[in-house]
Amino acid sequence: MIDVKHLSKSFGDHQVLKDISEHIYPGDKVVIIGPSGSGKSTFLRSLNLLELPTEGSITFDGVEITDPKTDIDQVRRKMGMVFQHFNLFPNMTIKRNITLAPVRTGLMSQAQADELAMQLLRRVGLEEKANAYPNQLSGGQKQRIAIVRALAMNPKVMLFDEPTSALDPEMVGEVLSVMKELAADGMTMVVVTHEMGFAREVGSRILFMDEGRIVEQGTPEEVFGNPQNPRLKDFLSKVL
Amino acid sequence: MAQYEAWKELLRQGGDVSFWQEFYVKFYQAFIEGDRWRQYLQGVGTTLLVTALALALGVILGILVATIRTSHDQQRIGHRNPVLGLLNAVCQVYVTIIRGTPMMVQLLIMGFVIFSSSRNYTMVGALTLGINSGAYVSEIIRGGLMALDPGQAEAGRSLGLNYVDTMRFIVIPQAFKAILPSLGNEFIVLLKDTSLINVIGGKEMVYAAQAIYGRTYEQMFPLVGVACIYLVLVIIFTWLLGILERRLRQSDRR
Repeated sequence: MIDVKHLSKSFGDHQVLKDISEHIYPGDKVVIIGPSGSGKSTFLRSLNLLELPTEGSITFDGVEITDPKTDIDQVRRKMGMVFQHFNLFPNMTIKRNITLAPVRTGLMSQAQADELAMQLLRRVGLEEKANAYPNQLSGGQKQRIAIVRALAMNPKVMLFDEPTSALDPEMVGEVLSVMKELAADGMTMVVVTHEMGFAREVGSRILFMDEGRIVEQGTPEEVFGNPQNPRLKDFLSKVL
Repeated sequence: MAQYEAWKELLRQGGDVSFWQEFYVKFYQAFIEGDRWRQYLQGVGTTLLVTALALALGVILGILVATIRTSHDQQRIGHRNPVLGLLNAVCQVYVTIIRGTPMMVQLLIMGFVIFSSSRNYTMVGALTLGINSGAYVSEIIRGGLMALDPGQAEAGRSLGLNYVDTMRFIVIPQAFKAILPSLGNEFIVLLKDTSLINVIGGKEMVYAAQAIYGRTYEQMFPLVGVACIYLVLVIIFTWLLGILERRLRQSDRR
């Protein structure tokens, strides 16, 4: 579904991603772990071109998105993204946050989008917040809304950039449970996270990144049960 | 009236007049005799007209320049548009020249060099002030756009919204609220800077005051009077801006 070939990214002299090749298959739940500064977020953000790769190519659904001629807006409509800091639009109600993109991109009418928004809000138990503003919500609520907002575009893949890292501990669970439901529904997901429990439970594949490379990958059993790379062993001994 | 003539005569002869008699005579002379208050009023009219025109021009220029400069800065590396590069250079020169030279000098150059044959001093003044204000407004807008969390635009783009829609629905409404106090400040500076257009013959309040004390040889009352009028105008506009700001803030808290 997403094919990454020889991806490299530098900020000035600092090379953040070093020649990464990876393939994400439909239905995959890829969880990316690794120490901070290892390039996990940059890798994830490259997948929908929020970061422009310095070298290499990314193909999504047969379209080479790194080609400058590709209409990136069209591609992004099929890739939902959830951010660490939610990035809800504070100047709009929750309902408008959710319906803005589907309506403006011509995916559906306002009435259809409203209906979809209510349906999705019900799914995450927040339908009474439809007319509230983001600043009136807790972090956990905001992140659930952000997930709903991305889902309203009916994406083929969901990218999660440390979705629980900015949350108070007691709110992590509510966001993870929404993500677990999404995984159970068969959504293709790429998740950067520090939640090892989630990685173990939901991940179909774990990628361990360090210093801009994927140094080890495998099923959760392999990665957590029998790590090979010394840096992975070291990392796991610190976080588990 | 008769009282004024009598006290004026007394004052002229160096007679013994009280403070209040003198005050009355000078006040009458500065504002009432020959319906001079009409001249100030005309000055206020010119000031408001010039401010309004300059503000409109300044905001249009400011938005234009800020848009060019931010979109130039946000281009993908390696995909720079040469036309945008040229426009950006023009904008930078414009902002540098306007911010680097005094308002008064700009007015004199516009009035006596570029538009030396024009008799419409008010419009030349408004044009100059508008061009001047545009440079400052563009920097205010640019600051507002840059201060906004980049995550907001990223979220918009990640949903598949194009650049224009992201700006229109997400970035600009938030940036506008953030820059309103600075814009208000710029507006007040502009209002007061209209006093400078008298150097090229614009008939605003200071022009009226100068004409009057040129005849009466009494400067204090006309000048303090003009100062008071400016003060009152600024207080009124500050109050109105405060109302607007509060209204905008309410809409996102509720």
